[in-house]
Amino acid sequence: MNVTKRSYDAVIVGAGGAGLRAALQLAEAGLNIAVLSKVFPTRSHTVAAQGGVAASLGNSDEDHWHWHMYDTVKGSDWLGDQDSIEYMCRMAPEVVYELEHFGMPFTRTEDGRIYQRPFGGHMSNFGEKPVRRACAAADRTGHAMLHTLYQRNVRANTRFFVEWMALDLVRGPEGEVLGVTAIEMETGEVSVFQAKATLFATGGSGRMYYASTNAFINTGDGLGMAARAGLPIQDMEFFQFHPTGVYGAGILITEGVRGEGGILRNKDGERFMERYAPNAKDLASRDVVSRAMATEIKEGRGCGPEKDHLLLDLSHLDPDVIIRRLPGIREISIRFAGADPVREPIPVVPTAHYQMGGIPTLYSGRVVAPKNGDPDAVVPGFYAAGECACASVHGGNRLGCNSLLDLLVFGRSAGDSMIEDIGKMPGALPDLPRDAAEGSLARLDRLESQKDGESVHEVQAAMRRTMQEHCGVFRFPEMLAKGVAEIEAVAERVSRTGIGDHSRVFNTARIEALEVENLIEAAKATMMGAANREESRGAQARADFPERDDTNWLKHSLWYREGNRIDYRPVHLKPLTVETVALKKRVY
Amino acid sequence: MTTVAGADVPLGRLRWHCMRRGLLELDLVLQRFAQRELDGLDAAGRAALDRLLDYDDLELWEIVCGRRECEDARLKGLVALLRAQ
Ligand SMILES: Cc1cc2nc3c(=O)[nH]c(=O)nc-3n(C[C@H](O)[C@H](O)[C@H](O)COP(=O)(O)OP(=O)(O)OC[C@H]3O[C@@H](n4cnc5c(N)ncnc54)[C@H](O)[C@@H]3O)c2cc1C
Repeated sequence: MNVTKRSYDAVIVGAGGAGLRAALQLAEAGLNIAVLSKVFPTRSHTVAAQGGVAASLGNSDEDHWHWHMYDTVKGSDWLGDQDSIEYMCRMAPEVVYELEHFGMPFTRTEDGRIYQRPFGGHMSNFGEKPVRRACAAADRTGHAMLHTLYQRNVRANTRFFVEWMALDLVRGPEGEVLGVTAIEMETGEVSVFQAKATLFATGGSGRMYYASTNAFINTGDGLGMAARAGLPIQDMEFFQFHPTGVYGAGILITEGVRGEGGILRNKDGERFMERYAPNAKDLASRDVVSRAMATEIKEGRGCGPEKDHLLLDLSHLDPDVIIRRLPGIREISIRFAGADPVREPIPVVPTAHYQMGGIPTLYSGRVVAPKNGDPDAVVPGFYAAGECACASVHGGNRLGCNSLLDLLVFGRSAGDSMIEDIGKMPGALPDLPRDAAEGSLARLDRLESQKDGESVHEVQAAMRRTMQEHCGVFRFPEMLAKGVAEIEAVAERVSRTGIGDHSRVFNTARIEALEVENLIEAAKATMMGAANREESRGAQARADFPERDDTNWLKHSLWYREGNRIDYRPVHLKPLTVETVALKKRVY
Repeated sequence: MTTVAGADVPLGRLRWHCMRRGLLELDLVLQRFAQRELDGLDAAGRAALDRLLDYDDLELWEIVCGRRECEDARLKGLVALLRAQ
């Protein structure tokens, strides 16, 4: 196959919030860049975020970045890197005001300032009481952000390659990153995008779970590409589960429904949260509610013939409240669960929502991989930002509204680092290795010529079931051990997938097969990390090791595809300018 | 966005636009729609679907739910089909 070579100063894979924010930085600096996306930029998954973006503007309550930092470290269950967290929280007001100047249509307070709402885990004065910190554009903050950043990029003449899927990283003899290979869906042609700096902003991998709030596009492509290129993936065992995804469909039912008075019940109609969180009850934090639900199901008090879900009951509320205040939720429940919440409860289940782990980076957005005893050795030419990256600001558990913030802060800092590093590389682009596209072409050839191939949909379903059953909210030793063996068996099947359609133009079967090859790497990293980490911290809840163990486990885990092995990196406990947030038990 | 002329819309492109939206709810509804209806669409139907799929995700979801009307009269039939799913 002919491979076209295309050369740029920088190539960005992903046009969600993180990719667009980075692209803007580079385009406005006058660099020649290419942004690749599997979909039209404004259809990236950032569009689904409703709640808001966290920043200590102090518009409604007194607030301070240091309080935000404290909450984020505590939320992370002390696994977050405190230098990155300080950087993010200090930068938050600046990046939000910047977005305002770009034209973001924030909701306003009466005196014209950016409207802020409270959100779980965000407190004032080092954990004292809730603070309004989430800056919102009605219930469509992600949508507004994505459109604002896209328009701004159009103005800056950013060059987009829409419906191009990046396939693999290209690395040079010293391990430096020289670009990516990519396939254009419309023609089926493969190109090498050569660049002095390459950024991954490919989003999450929530589709590895059977129950997922994520759209179909979240197949962890960046993780798959990094893993195949020999780079480590960090802390993937920390996967956030949202307590209320619609059973069978996954769609997220916001906490606001419980805020309006919705009650979780088991098969006996019992309001079980009273037993687990006598004060906060149904409004306890996400991980507490998810674990309580998983326990109810595990102990046989789940609902339905399979006893595998619980009920979110609104039927005691005035129908008017439901119809007026929660019209979107009612619509989703009727359509996807066949239940009108005015009369019947909504079947719900804890649902995979957000990956805290990812490609390890510094707060500058530079990717690291331990080398010669240096745990923070930078991989030259390679950067990552957004959900695919692990900076690590979310550590063991992300606070709501800190992800949109992460996109803005680290999208921008990665962009700045790229500009700086490109500035030190005057002259021509380094030569590409002769076999730059060989790995990708071999994968495509294998797929074309596979005899008696496994069905892509079947292996994907097997992966999702395995992850759900063996590596869910609660993790049991025997289940994890079986899960490791099963996910390896699924991976073996993924290496033998076949497709019936061999056309070149818009062959969606081929694209799906390539996505599954990425998703399985993210799934292996998650399962291995969970089986290996013998403690409970943040989203990792081990039945056999119920406590956090700072003596042995206050460290990031790094999963390597080669040898399916795990290594470690120290957590950065030292912030940039303030004192370390000292270790404490995480209680709310 | 680019909407190409009816006869030229490749089925694969329509399928991709159905199965990779920004919202999970649209993925679910449109993927099922594509599985059931896509192969049976004639050129005009394909062109109409292509136009509908160009809508912004939040708008399209409101149209599917019947909370918003679609201004493009040529898409009425298609919208009715989607709403009936
Ligand atoms: C339902 C829901 C609600 C949420 N609400 C909030 C909220 O209120 N506040 C908050 O802070 N967070 C929220 N989150 C989390 C947050 O929205 C995401 O973490 C964030 O939007 C991810 O942004 P991103 O830029 O990293 O990736 P995305 O927006 O997912 O973009 C990824 C991009 O990468 C591209 N891509 C991927 N693979 C490839 C490839 N191989 N080749 C080319 N392109 C590729 C895609 O096309 C896309 O453009 C929510 C998440 C969900 C699912």
